[in-house]
Amino acid sequence: MSHPNQAANFLKDEKRAHWHDETLWFVREKRDISSKGIPEWEELRKLASGIKDHVLSKLDYYLEELEKTASANGIKVHWAKDAAEHNEIVLSILQEKKCKAIVKSKSILTEECHLNPFLEKHGVEVVDTDLGERIVQFLNQPPSHIVLPAIHLKKRDISEIFHEKLQTEKGNEDPAYLTNAARIHLRDKFMKAKVAITGVNFAIPETGEFVVCTNEGNADMGVHLADVHIACMGIEKIIPKREHLGVFLRLLARSATGQSITNYNSHFRSPAPGKEIHLILVDNGRTEQLSREKFKNSLKCIRCGACMNTCPIYRRSGGYSYGSTVPGPIGSILSPGIDVKKYSTLPFASTLCGSCSDVCPVKINIHEQLYEWRQEITKAQGWSAKEMSMKMANGIFKSPLAYKVSGKVLRATLKTLPDSLIYNPLNAWGKGRNVPEVPKESFKEWYQKNRS
Amino acid sequence: MKVALFIPCYIDQFYPHVAKATLELLEKLGCDVSYPMDQTCCGQPMANSGFERETVGTTKQFLETFKDFDFIVAPSGSCVLHVKEHQPKIERQEAEQKEIQHKVYELSEFLIDILKIGTIKGSFPHKIGFHSSCHGQRGLRLSSSSELNEKPFNKAKDLFAGIQGLEVVELTRKDECCGFGGTFAVTEEALSIQMGKDRLSDHLAHQVEIICGGDTSCLMHLQGIAERNNKPVKFMHLAEILNQAIS
Repeated sequence: MSHPNQAANFLKDEKRAHWHDETLWFVREKRDISSKGIPEWEELRKLASGIKDHVLSKLDYYLEELEKTASANGIKVHWAKDAAEHNEIVLSILQEKKCKAIVKSKSILTEECHLNPFLEKHGVEVVDTDLGERIVQFLNQPPSHIVLPAIHLKKRDISEIFHEKLQTEKGNEDPAYLTNAARIHLRDKFMKAKVAITGVNFAIPETGEFVVCTNEGNADMGVHLADVHIACMGIEKIIPKREHLGVFLRLLARSATGQSITNYNSHFRSPAPGKEIHLILVDNGRTEQLSREKFKNSLKCIRCGACMNTCPIYRRSGGYSYGSTVPGPIGSILSPGIDVKKYSTLPFASTLCGSCSDVCPVKINIHEQLYEWRQEITKAQGWSAKEMSMKMANGIFKSPLAYKVSGKVLRATLKTLPDSLIYNPLNAWGKGRNVPEVPKESFKEWYQKNRS
Repeated sequence: MKVALFIPCYIDQFYPHVAKATLELLEKLGCDVSYPMDQTCCGQPMANSGFERETVGTTKQFLETFKDFDFIVAPSGSCVLHVKEHQPKIERQEAEQKEIQHKVYELSEFLIDILKIGTIKGSFPHKIGFHSSCHGQRGLRLSSSSELNEKPFNKAKDLFAGIQGLEVVELTRKDECCGFGGTFAVTEEALSIQMGKDRLSDHLAHQVEIICGGDTSCLMHLQGIAERNNKPVKFMHLAEILNQAIS
């Protein structure tokens, strides 16, 4: 996985890349207008950040509390230490219910656990019911964005996919027409599924309930029609009290899409008579991340996607360039914690501009963690040509004389080298940019002559 | 008031006129400025590439050079931010290091917050675009950030306010990154160029004559792209405009 290569590839179609950038910038601007409509916005961010810091500092306590209160409400609570355990738990419930087809809504966690291919291998049909997810599922692709999974596709692409999969009219790109076709197709799947899977946005140990936030209402539709509801959550999704929703629900939708609130904020507290609710608490590397002092607060993330929409890199390289379930800035600080080698280029896919940290509703210092991951990655990679050159650079900069001499040599070299060498394809600076004109003397030389 | 001029290495080598303008401007404003000859680099290029641990020698050199001054002023937000936040801790010099982190200033914040000059009086009849460098803006908070719900402010624009004839355009994307990012400019070359082109287009769409900024590194990147694509626009550092305009 190399982010620079993937990004260069994405940028080859400059027009489409520009469209992708503009589309996500539009979402960022909606978020700006919406967040600026609330005078206490910065206060809310501070509160949310504080609540999440508190939760992370007592996560063990809150998880056990949640298990107690949810169990008392009749919810069956399961613990999964990793993706494999999570998938096995889901499968065992399905097998017990003799269920061969399920519907799913709003779960990036099941993407992280690669649940779909696992279940399909065991003969279970999985239907993602949210429109964007369904579209990428038709293409056998993962989501390219955690809130807007098919944001990389244009209306025309979707029209073609639906023509092939749902037999819609060829060339009909009318969004209402296409959405209706998806609706009819999904109704059938909803009716047949005995088990529905959803994600969890917030779990509340005070009351033993959990909350799922959606715009399309598919989580509710799936759950109400099915006999069994399986909700999968990362262990960091806890907020202590129900009243804290007043902070988080105001931040979540505004940060994600600029809406004042998600259309459906559904509270699940206890199963209806004759039905079952299962809640799977998944670790999958989170405890390890919690143990890393510099990176633990990445677990405050509420998956709003605002850092993706604001990131000048993400907008111009697309979600797939990151090669991880969660792309963008937050993905670039979460993924190296899972596999530092595989995701080693991600913390470098940033100019450290800091927009992600300023946009984050729970105040994760994302760009500072990108910087810190760089330090870790160069250590993990061991001796390299790059490290050699850095050591040499430090040798030069710690000695004023060596700096003076090498600066002089550098300027003289740049002056005498023919353009063909400076603008050699191996020189990444000169490929698309001119090099600065070389002055006849450095400031230091001028100062020595004229001022000292 | 003993002011040390901290000139980032690439300005020293490639943009001596920016350093001269900074020196002259500070002198015109009554500062006793000296340029410590032993200075080299702050270590940022190495640290941002993941080798902060290799910059101990460079950082010690920086401390030794600047520790005896009341104020250290640099025409770069990025290098100042590095000194404040990312130079590695030097054992047995913690106190000195902490002090230095508090007395190092980017040019516009020194003029506004320490000299408290309010604005520069003078004339500069040109239409310019101002590029806020990310490290200056979101790192040092030299201007408000479009992501935050805060009262808009911009220290450079405050300095411009008293200059006659100077028009600063309002950009469509107020504070997007130009794509320089140090070694990012070469390791993520394709993205860096695209970001630079986009930033340049925003300025050009507003018919600016000059693109001005507080960080020469961003300007070097944008100028390189502008020249390669034959775009008729000039580039000037904040210090150059203020120094030319001041009456």
